[in-house]
Amino acid sequence: MPARTVSVTMTVNGRVRTLEVQPHHTLLQCLREQLELTGTKECCSMGECGACTVIVDGRSVNSCLMLAAEADGCTVTTIEGLAQDGRLNALQESFLEAGAVQCGFCIPGMVMAAQDLLNHNPHPTVEQIKEGLAGNLCRCGGYARIIEAVHAASRGKME
Amino acid sequence: METLQTSSLTRFIYARPGTLDEAFQLLEDHGPQACLLAGGTDLIVQLRARKLTPRIVIDLKKIDSLRRDITETQSLLRIGALTLLSNIIDDPRVNRHFPVLAQAAATVGSVQIRNRATLPGNICNASPAADTVPALLVHQAIVNLSSRTAERAVPLKDFFVGPGKTVRRAGEIVSSIDLPVPEERVAASFARLTRRRGVDLASINVCCLVSAAGLIRFAFGAVGPRPILVEDGSGRLADPAMDAREKERLLLGLLEQTSPISDVRAGKEYRSAMLLVLSLRVLQEALDILRAQRRE
Repeated sequence: MPARTVSVTMTVNGRVRTLEVQPHHTLLQCLREQLELTGTKECCSMGECGACTVIVDGRSVNSCLMLAAEADGCTVTTIEGLAQDGRLNALQESFLEAGAVQCGFCIPGMVMAAQDLLNHNPHPTVEQIKEGLAGNLCRCGGYARIIEAVHAASRGKME
Repeated sequence: METLQTSSLTRFIYARPGTLDEAFQLLEDHGPQACLLAGGTDLIVQLRARKLTPRIVIDLKKIDSLRRDITETQSLLRIGALTLLSNIIDDPRVNRHFPVLAQAAATVGSVQIRNRATLPGNICNASPAADTVPALLVHQAIVNLSSRTAERAVPLKDFFVGPGKTVRRAGEIVSSIDLPVPEERVAASFARLTRRRGVDLASINVCCLVSAAGLIRFAFGAVGPRPILVEDGSGRLADPAMDAREKERLLLGLLEQTSPISDVRAGKEYRSAMLLVLSLRVLQEALDILRAQRRE
């Protein structure tokens, strides 16, 4: 039986998008291939590395573990949606300031997971930052500076 | 050993019924060719690995009568079919009556997983290592199932058949999970053994509940084809004067129903040895919590 496409309307980075998606495509594929938002990365494809983290309806999720069709009616924020009027947000600035970016591949997912953490807990402890980012792997091993960046952003150092 | 692969998912039809009746019709039309989708954090991994190749995936999230919240009646908490693990962790009623469930839910996967995964989904996936299950078992959770023609309630201890298999029939949907609020004072403790701290499946997990009357329940995960619940009403394990060696002997008796195997996470000898260690630990913790409550 040929699988029909599914009609999806979602708000992505503040813009309402209506598109036809393949039923077996993930939200990650839809963002990267249909909407050309390639900031979100594909890596492990099994929910272990967090490279594909985006915020859906105010909660961080692995976009590799969500069907594009499931995003119908949802509000999605990707790494491309954090900067406002061409200016990076405080957390992004903090990542730059702390030198938290090495190869950079994990960083979009890292930033989105950290943003979600700060949205729910504006002043996390270092332990809470570690727990909040436990679902994000950095193969450069740059965790110390990443944690530092999130901690600095939470203290409003970049304001 | 699972191999890393980034191939796309198996192909299927996607359906998002708006009512339970529509969902039951789809289940009837497609029988075993249908998969139910709640949070999808287990399902999508299996669709990618081709462990499941359904003709149709039925998304439950637009069904008006399936709830995504927790409701409280005089004697129980009812956890809706679509309740996220994140909601379990944050819910004040869960934390008041069943803190060990919130604690166990907080160990599942990562924040991103817990923001998507549902508690009923964790149960229906029927992993012998599911971390929420031991806490639900010691609290005597009931699984409510609906089908086109009937509703039935199955004690969670009778729900699991084997890895990935439950007593849920092809035409049935889990509509909620009930947790009876304990009538007497109880305390519970949960522990798990993993290879690394974050985002790992449990090599073993253990939950222990003790009541003021001395009743003790243990639930064990990842040490058998399905999670195991055992009960000891002798009161001897709760006796602080009990000799340590005798306590171990009694506990080993309770562990007889477990049958650990060796796999990628742990060897069976290690599992058996650690099962006793963790069991003693959660028993002591639960007794300490109970004692602290008494002093309050």
